[in-house]
Amino acid sequence: MKKQKFILAIVLIVILLSSVVSFAGAQEKIRIAMLVKNLGNAFFEACRDGGLEASKELGGIEFIFQGPTTPTAEGQIEIIDSLIAQKVNAIVISANDVDALVPVCKRAMQSGITVISFDSGIAPEGRILHLAPSSSEFIGRSQVKMLANLIDYKGEIAILSASSQATNQNTWIEWMKEELKEPAYKDMSLVAVVYGDDLSDKSYREATGLFKSYPNLRGIISPTTVGIAATGKALEDAGKSGKIELTGLGLPSEMKQYIKNGTCRQMSLWNPIDLGYSSTYIAYKLIKGEFQGKEGEVMKVGRMGEIKIGSGNEAVMGEPYIFEKDNIDKFAEIY
Amino acid sequence: MNKENRKISLPNIIWQWEIILLFIFIMVVIINSNLSPYFLDYTNLMNTTFNFIEKAIIALPMMFVIICGDIDISVASIIALSSVFMGMASQAGVNTFGLVAIGLFAGSAAGFLNGFVITKFGIPAIAVTLGSMSLFRGIAYVILGDKAFTKYPIPFAYFGQGYIGNTMIPFELVLFLMLAIIFGIILHRTTIGRKVFAIGNNSTAARFSGIPVNRVRLIIFTVTGLCSGLASILLTSRIGSTRPNIASGWELEIITTVVLGGVAITGGKGNIFGVVISIFIIGFLKFGMGLINIPGKVMTIIIGLLLILAIMLPQLIERLKPKNSFGKVKK
Repeated sequence: MKKQKFILAIVLIVILLSSVVSFAGAQEKIRIAMLVKNLGNAFFEACRDGGLEASKELGGIEFIFQGPTTPTAEGQIEIIDSLIAQKVNAIVISANDVDALVPVCKRAMQSGITVISFDSGIAPEGRILHLAPSSSEFIGRSQVKMLANLIDYKGEIAILSASSQATNQNTWIEWMKEELKEPAYKDMSLVAVVYGDDLSDKSYREATGLFKSYPNLRGIISPTTVGIAATGKALEDAGKSGKIELTGLGLPSEMKQYIKNGTCRQMSLWNPIDLGYSSTYIAYKLIKGEFQGKEGEVMKVGRMGEIKIGSGNEAVMGEPYIFEKDNIDKFAEIY
Repeated sequence: MNKENRKISLPNIIWQWEIILLFIFIMVVIINSNLSPYFLDYTNLMNTTFNFIEKAIIALPMMFVIICGDIDISVASIIALSSVFMGMASQAGVNTFGLVAIGLFAGSAAGFLNGFVITKFGIPAIAVTLGSMSLFRGIAYVILGDKAFTKYPIPFAYFGQGYIGNTMIPFELVLFLMLAIIFGIILHRTTIGRKVFAIGNNSTAARFSGIPVNRVRLIIFTVTGLCSGLASILLTSRIGSTRPNIASGWELEIITTVVLGGVAITGGKGNIFGVVISIFIIGFLKFGMGLINIPGKVMTIIIGLLLILAIMLPQLIERLKPKNSFGKVKK
């Protein structure tokens, strides 16, 4: 018995040692991790494709794509911890909570990792720069304009957002409220803002709840890809297509049928592939020291052209694009 | 079977659950360090403990609860409730010391409420804590709505982010190890511990032999609340923000840990070493899977399989055990 145990112990030690030795001296590629709000979200999968495109173009990059199963800050913190442990070179994050990720991202930066946020930002202390897909003011205002056109500037409207903590959605909603103060919208009133947490089933239930609570509802703005698709489905199921107008930010491939049948006549979005491409590109150039990430700097971001870093180290990628019956087919194939 | 004999004979030692757990733990370490060069790194291993120590601190009193034959599924909601109260106090300008007091008090009060309803009205713990689980989190949602508390005093960050002196040892980890020793001594070396086992084995018999069964259970639920309050302080301090969905789903992870640690879900059986090893098995397993970027959905599946295995193994072992003349072949 004793002898057997002795042999077992020796075997274990050998395996342990071999594992330590076998990894010495590997790793020369630059490793960039993209951390998104949650997995299984088509928008972020398109971002990933953009990241992969940039990695291929720049060369010598190992691209890691990660996200928690549910869109929580704790889930993202746990992943950032393991990315710090892996000593990746850069982390590119779309955050679930603007403040909660700051401590762990500070720690990442202290250990020499380049941290930038894209899409949904982290507070300035927790990142080098933030790449916003479009200017928040423009997005917020344009959503209201689109919906107003669809409902002839009259009636009750509601907003169906992502999680109540989502940085980007909350800023856009603020700008929507600003736009609604203009005299042109005096006959329109915002009756509710509800949160579907970027989960299809919850968004669907929240949308159905809106139809019931506000029988005079004329329009819904859903500034999130999960929310707008779920609302489209809810409108069809409830037979409200055409009675309640829907607009917002949606993925062409997911929204194609609703745009074609008139449930959602107009919506807009920037290109998530471009967003993933740009943020990965910028992260790489920051690691290489070719970009400084300072306010006022103009970055040459590959095929995207020039992107300027504005105040608060926020950079804006471009303006959202409007999708309608005429152009949806083309884009539905891309993303 | 006499005690001495049982201790000495080798097969019985090998079949002990804690030894099996230790073996699983070693396997997890070996496999992880083979899969990733970053696993066996002092700083990394220390830092990853942040992600599971808060749950571990609740697993300790949860072990007592389950040994007593009860269960408490409201612990994660107590975290949310305590965190919300601390957040409110912090907005009102309360200092770090005050916040800690509020967190601990809110947790204890919630735990006491659970224990009081359970023992006073004789309602099964699962029913009561199922209710309070929704109740406590409901209160958190009502108070916070769609907002978040994000202003906490700077010294408050130490509890969940700080290290002991200049070492890389997290404060949370040391706190947990101290608590584990205290809980271990109480469970295995004091009369209180023996009462807990007696209640779990047969609460009627325990009552007839003069053990104040309900008082012991009330204290255990209150302590569980207290520890949930403590975990809430650590978590709130670590992420510096309170949202109503904070710590959602943790109750199941905590119970999973305790059951994997060899505590019988039917009560009456359990060992502190098993639970402590189980905490590190799950923690390091998740960390290792994170290092090779396994998606969270797959991790959930693997942890689930591990738990099913943990529940099945003791039954299998019972069958495979070398039978001696007084061998227990039951069920």
